[in-house]
Amino acid sequence: MIDAVLVMNTQGKPRLAKFYKSLSPVKQQEIVRKVYSGLSSRAEHFCNFVEADEIFGARTKLVYKHFATLYFVFVIDSGESELGILDLIQVFVETLDSIFKNVCELDIVFNFNKVNTVLDEIVMGGQVVETNSTEIVKSVQEIFK
Amino acid sequence: MEQLKTIGRELAMGSQGVWGSSKEFLELVKTIGEAKSKAEEERIVLAEIESLKRRIQEPDVPRKKMKEYIMRLVYVEMLGHDASFGYIHAVKMTHDDNLLLKRSGYLAVTLFLNEDHDLIILIINTIQKDLKSDNYLVCCAALTAVCRLINEETIPAVLPQIVELLNHQKELVRKKAVMALHRFFQRSPSTVSHLFPAFQERLCDRDPSVMSAVLCALYDMILVNVKPFKHLVASLVSILKQAVEHRLPKSYDYHRTPAPFVQIKLLKILALLGTGDKAASENMFNVLGDILKRSDSTSNIGNAILYECVRTLTSIYTNPRLLQNAAEITAKFLKSDSHNLKYMGIDALGRLIKITPECAENHQLAVIDCLEDPDDTLKRKTLDLLYKMTKANNVEVIVERMVEYIRNISDNHYKTEISSRVIELAERYAPSNQWFIQTMNQVFEIAGDLVPQKVAHDLMRLIAEGAGEEDEDADSHLRSSAVQAYLQILKEPKLPSILLQVISWVLGEYGIADGSHSAEFIIGKLCDIVATRPGDDKLKGYVVSAITKICAFEKAAGQTVDLIPECVSFIEELYASHSTDLQQRVYEFHAVLKLDRDTLASILPMDASCEDIEVDKDLSFLNSFVESALANGSRPYLSDNERRGMGAMTTLASNNDAGTSSLLRFQPYEKPSIPEPAAALVTASHYSQDAIDQHDIYSSAITVSTSSKAPESSSNDGTRLKLEGVQKKWGRPTYTPEAQVPKNPINISDSVKVSSSAAGKEASSRNSSAPPYTERKQPPQEISAEKKKLAASLFGSKAGDTKAKPAAKLQQNGTSKKAPAKPTSPPPPAPAPPPADLLDLSDSLPQTPSVDPVDQLADLISVDSSAATSTTSLVEQVFDAGKVATKGPSPQASLQKDAVSRQVGVTPSGGTNPDLFKDLFG
Repeated sequence: MIDAVLVMNTQGKPRLAKFYKSLSPVKQQEIVRKVYSGLSSRAEHFCNFVEADEIFGARTKLVYKHFATLYFVFVIDSGESELGILDLIQVFVETLDSIFKNVCELDIVFNFNKVNTVLDEIVMGGQVVETNSTEIVKSVQEIFK
Repeated sequence: MEQLKTIGRELAMGSQGVWGSSKEFLELVKTIGEAKSKAEEERIVLAEIESLKRRIQEPDVPRKKMKEYIMRLVYVEMLGHDASFGYIHAVKMTHDDNLLLKRSGYLAVTLFLNEDHDLIILIINTIQKDLKSDNYLVCCAALTAVCRLINEETIPAVLPQIVELLNHQKELVRKKAVMALHRFFQRSPSTVSHLFPAFQERLCDRDPSVMSAVLCALYDMILVNVKPFKHLVASLVSILKQAVEHRLPKSYDYHRTPAPFVQIKLLKILALLGTGDKAASENMFNVLGDILKRSDSTSNIGNAILYECVRTLTSIYTNPRLLQNAAEITAKFLKSDSHNLKYMGIDALGRLIKITPECAENHQLAVIDCLEDPDDTLKRKTLDLLYKMTKANNVEVIVERMVEYIRNISDNHYKTEISSRVIELAERYAPSNQWFIQTMNQVFEIAGDLVPQKVAHDLMRLIAEGAGEEDEDADSHLRSSAVQAYLQILKEPKLPSILLQVISWVLGEYGIADGSHSAEFIIGKLCDIVATRPGDDKLKGYVVSAITKICAFEKAAGQTVDLIPECVSFIEELYASHSTDLQQRVYEFHAVLKLDRDTLASILPMDASCEDIEVDKDLSFLNSFVESALANGSRPYLSDNERRGMGAMTTLASNNDAGTSSLLRFQPYEKPSIPEPAAALVTASHYSQDAIDQHDIYSSAITVSTSSKAPESSSNDGTRLKLEGVQKKWGRPTYTPEAQVPKNPINISDSVKVSSSAAGKEASSRNSSAPPYTERKQPPQEISAEKKKLAASLFGSKAGDTKAKPAAKLQQNGTSKKAPAKPTSPPPPAPAPPPADLLDLSDSLPQTPSVDPVDQLADLISVDSSAATSTTSLVEQVFDAGKVATKGPSPQASLQKDAVSRQVGVTPSGGTNPDLFKDLFG
């Protein structure tokens, strides 16, 4: 299961924070902070997984990818495949890219609503529902028609 | 009309930014982005909240404007500020008919509210309505919201509609309905348990995307209980086959890999279904082999499938040929340049070695590389792997690595976790006590107060007990080296309290035992310890007791002790301590100093911390006292329940003794005979020295406190205080069957209180109320026998069975060298298979349960290392010795071998060994 999806910039400012478990706002803030401090110290060639037992509980991992000024972070448990999620992040970003045409950080800030819709089409209740970028773009366009 | 007005206002506003948001929002984001300090950002956001609060409450806010306000609230809350004043507006927005506004409302609500929020109840109705909507997009929006907002109580309100949607004509809706039901299953499995057939039906949905949604749910359900899904193996395998053979629509391909996400999920499910099930596993072998052949190992997603396949192969019933392939893939991962693949490789290796331990050898270099990598994730994963492959022969290197790792991290969580692993490994595989003590000291030094108290107690016990053999020389050597080590450690600043406690205890017990340190020196050190941590009462207690012991040893040996000034002032201070425990300890200390030599030697004997304390359950030393009391006309003792149960009998019986019992006795009781130190379980708070022999009180008081200071007595089976009989005697309604002879009514607690006349009165009044002793003893005895029988039949074992436990526990004491490999001997290839499978060897790895696979491995490795060049002689020796220790026929012999190997390890003769992995892998 996916416990949370976070997008934050390289300064640690959250740009998208979606939790699939009920957590208090305070706890959410704390998690965002901890995730950022965990990621910001990692070099580019390090592996894209970080064990997150301390932040999210036993056997959880952060799978993240760094694009330009943004970190895309998926928090997963042992029911998901690390490498698979890595490609899912790719799908997510590709989709955003085709919706916003050369997506950048500001697109995500200002189109909060749309970005969330895209994510809702990919992940629902912590499970992956759709992995095909064109399908996702199609349903999002349907909604915003 | 109203609507027209709103539209007009919206048109008039018209000042939309580039991104469809207003300029204000753009401005806000920009200023926050440019804020130079956290405080400035805070100020900006608070101002924004104020303005939103004002505006959102204005009457007739246009709906579009409201949507923007709500999005701004979401943004503000994401930055960590409270936006709860706007929640209700988000809820209202979900009622809107406009799809976009409704979706925005749902989005805001799902981000704002958690499932137990009060406002949820206002949304249920809307959700119900939306689930029935003709517009499938509205349905989808509602389903998405359902996943987040519905809790256990509200599930029934929406469940029927969602079940209906399982047959919706749009596959998107069916898919999301499955997801929502899956979510319900996670929340409360019982609410959807009747829907399992419906789920399985959806598995055959004409649209593969619905099928893949069902797989997610299936995985979670199987995780909980495999049984009801066993029959699905064949169909799942066939789905997997179709996916692998490219028979799903092209749209499921990802980078030319056919439906990778479906494959991964299926592999995960098959791993669960095939665990320990030979028949099911055999169904899978074909398709798994196919995947291994077809998957593209150059793309990330291809590797994801390969890894998953390896994982499945290591969980299901083993197939040697496929395992061989899995090992090859693992090797490829480990050799890869990508850190991600290395990580997966290490993980896969950890799974493989559970089945084929020997495969670790081939990857020594790669593993070492990962261990030395600066990437923390990789390093931690590798330590994880090492932990799994620790054996008696490599424990020293692995533990050293772990200790080095925790020394360099600041994260308390991992420090605790890894130090507990170090402790576990050290206890299980320690090659020698010396090493164990050193390791523990390091752990205490680094992880300090994160280590549980029990570990400290185990360590003290180990030092006290030594090797457990009858070799006093070795033990005393061990102790003096421990003392030496601790004196060394004390030079370092900022030691954790728990380590200082251990040090205090060891110094008190053995500081002057070997004669190389004077009492003054040790006492000085002890005072220094206290000075480093002024507020630590527990530690002070340890120190006072240690000083007491040293003084007692010295005096018992005929020397005079001159307390150094620091010590005197330290003790003086404690007389006025807030802690009564500390006060008591210093009073004891002073009393002990006044005692004569022989008494001291008997109450605080040298090196007796792990002697058994003999408790005289029958209190036989009081017999003479009892007899004389009886002779003087006292009544025999009756236990409490006898006294109560015989109310009816008293009238008759009490006639005999009526004369004596109604009278108070005014002559004092006789002086009690000297109790054995151990027997005295008196609380040490009686200091009425006038009435009783000083000697008695102190012997009892001190013994009690020493035994509490030597915690080994409480946890170890053999040295425990034997309280059974005594407790029953004084506890309320219990009954001691062994007590054949009625005990003296004036037992110890009375004898101590003898000085106060009140106590005397109490004792005699107790006598008067007590009915005389008759042979009414029988009934309770029968009951207890019956109880025993009942207990035996209830728990299916006799009392004697409990004896097995301590023996097993003993193995973990760090002294267990005899069978070190046993606890982790790899499980049979298929964990927990039905017995028939285990016996069937036809098609699996040769299973030789009689031969320990670890030993086999050991043999294998030793052959390797002897074939290696002469530079590895050190390793060989160490390893060979280790091997003998594992298999040694007699514990004595293995101990000797062990000592040899230790020496070799400590003073390496050859050149330094550059090949670390030789140590690790033999």
